[in-house]
Amino acid sequence: MVIDLDKCSGCMACSVACQAENNISFRPDETNKLRSITWMEVFYLQNGKDYGEYQYTYLPRPCMHCDAPHHAPCTFVCPVNATTRNEENGIVEHIYPRCIGCRYCIVACPYHARDFNWWDPSWPKSMESMLNPEVSTRMRGVVEKCTFCHHRLLNARAKAYLEETDPDKATYLPACAEACPTKAISFGNLNDPESEVAALIKDPRAFRLLSKLHTEPKVYYLSKHDWVRKQADKGF
Amino acid sequence: MDKALIPEGVRRCSLPAFGIWILVLAALIGWGVYAGVVVLIQALNVTGLNNHFGFGLYITADLAIIALGAGAFFSGFLYYGLSRFFPALRELHKIINLAVIVGFVCYTGALAVLLLEIGQPLRGWFGYWHANVHSMLTEVIFCITCYAIVLVIEYVPIVLKNRKLDAIHPVRIFGHTLHDMMAIFALTGTFLSFFHQGSLGGVAGVLFARPFAYRTGFFVWPWTFFLFILSAIASGPAFTALVCRSMEIVTRKKLVDRSVYELISKIVGTLLSIYILLKIADTVYWAFFLSPELGFKLGDYYRAPYGMWLLFTEIILCGVLPAILLTASRGRQNHFIVFSSFLLVCIGVIINRFVMTVQTLATPVMPFDKWEVYVPTIYEWAPIIAMLAYCALILSLSYRYLPLFPREKELNTIS
Repeated sequence: MVIDLDKCSGCMACSVACQAENNISFRPDETNKLRSITWMEVFYLQNGKDYGEYQYTYLPRPCMHCDAPHHAPCTFVCPVNATTRNEENGIVEHIYPRCIGCRYCIVACPYHARDFNWWDPSWPKSMESMLNPEVSTRMRGVVEKCTFCHHRLLNARAKAYLEETDPDKATYLPACAEACPTKAISFGNLNDPESEVAALIKDPRAFRLLSKLHTEPKVYYLSKHDWVRKQADKGF
Repeated sequence: MDKALIPEGVRRCSLPAFGIWILVLAALIGWGVYAGVVVLIQALNVTGLNNHFGFGLYITADLAIIALGAGAFFSGFLYYGLSRFFPALRELHKIINLAVIVGFVCYTGALAVLLLEIGQPLRGWFGYWHANVHSMLTEVIFCITCYAIVLVIEYVPIVLKNRKLDAIHPVRIFGHTLHDMMAIFALTGTFLSFFHQGSLGGVAGVLFARPFAYRTGFFVWPWTFFLFILSAIASGPAFTALVCRSMEIVTRKKLVDRSVYELISKIVGTLLSIYILLKIADTVYWAFFLSPELGFKLGDYYRAPYGMWLLFTEIILCGVLPAILLTASRGRQNHFIVFSSFLLVCIGVIINRFVMTVQTLATPVMPFDKWEVYVPTIYEWAPIIAMLAYCALILSLSYRYLPLFPREKELNTIS
């Protein structure tokens, strides 16, 4: 995934689309952000300067689906193999019915990309019929996170199979990328040199969050501002 | 009324006085059980944990109590494993029963709290079934279970030494046979506990995306693996000695010879010195080489309320100072200095476990993150206090009805 921060207007359509697509539960009062579930969180960054030179940007943060050799920070710590990296498509998955809720993966993730279900998930009665039947809801006491809309990948692969084309070449868009009104989010196969994302990450504006930690995120950002890139990687 | 159960030749307080003490402990345990049930029914949202602090008081208390309970395995290792080569270590037989029971209560208490700690307690067994061999937590789960079983096996012969049980011939034979095999269990326990303590250190040390906790090391083992073992074997015997001394103060009796405390002082002083030197080396390397490579300065990690005072208290006040006091023979002569040092060592290890769990998470890693502060709720304090009350309960019952201290009768006749 590549997110162009110079295009992002901070409208949070990505966050809302993600919430709706993935049946992310919410509470009547969401003011305590330390207990809320947000797969696609939008951070507000500013350059710390005074009026006149003040600049700001928004930084949407999905799961980074880290590509560090052998393991992502979260996958190798999970005692029950509930979170694993699919080495075929690079997606870091989380098996909810296997998760024991020890939260070690939350501790390991520096991006706060994982949230815990502190309560039983619930929706207003009138909203229940709008839940996405392709995504399971998560029970209380387990951890959850962005899956790059893995179910959409499965659908794309199934469609390719029915159309007798190569399922491995099936493409899809996650809900956030589809909903973004400014097309700030691009999605594709980074390993395919022909793909749009492979070209975008060669852009001189490209950077990754906390690259010094060697988590090797598969989410890249684009920004022409040095101060943004500097903030993204402490001590850049 | 319960005189028939009390070991021969020793005196215990009256049954009503003992009953009141047990009632107080039972009330505390009841309070903790109630809080635990609330956690199980209403879920972890009643605690102070959140998405920032995945680990909190439960895990800190677990790590600390397991380190302090290490006196069991280490004393067992010294007594059953090394005393044939170093006869001076035979002195430890005077306190080995207590060490085993302290280890037993610490480990079983920690297991009970762990049940509350996970979001899906009914899936606790998944750790064995779906074990991820790469996870330090898997090693922790296996080792704590196996070692708790070993401690039960070590505790049983002590229970069977009760006057009434010992009078039953088959029970006596069984207890004696178990006792004969104790060296095997003690050494098995040492092996398990060694890895268990190390894995707890590894839990923090392998977090390569958390610069506060992350350490490099030997192969798959970060430095914290070895530092946790060393700190546990330094603080464990100190805690056992402190428990023993507390029992002496409460019962107003001499329970072990002074020579036992002196031996433990030497052991703790030596191990603590080695540990604290390595800990200082580790801290210097982490602060001035490893962290800057990851874009962090030492000051980034320490902010109110988890300020630099924590680092100073852990390393200087609770590390260097007791190491000096216990290494100097003059320091070991003074009762007050010895037990104050033991207390400091134990506080130091508790701070270390707190820092490696809670402060690790307070430190923001993303530059635009906030520094967060964790405040545990009563639903976290109550089970921890209950766990301590449970430890006190088992120790009280064991002291009253089992021959814990082989020299108690002699020492108190002389006085």
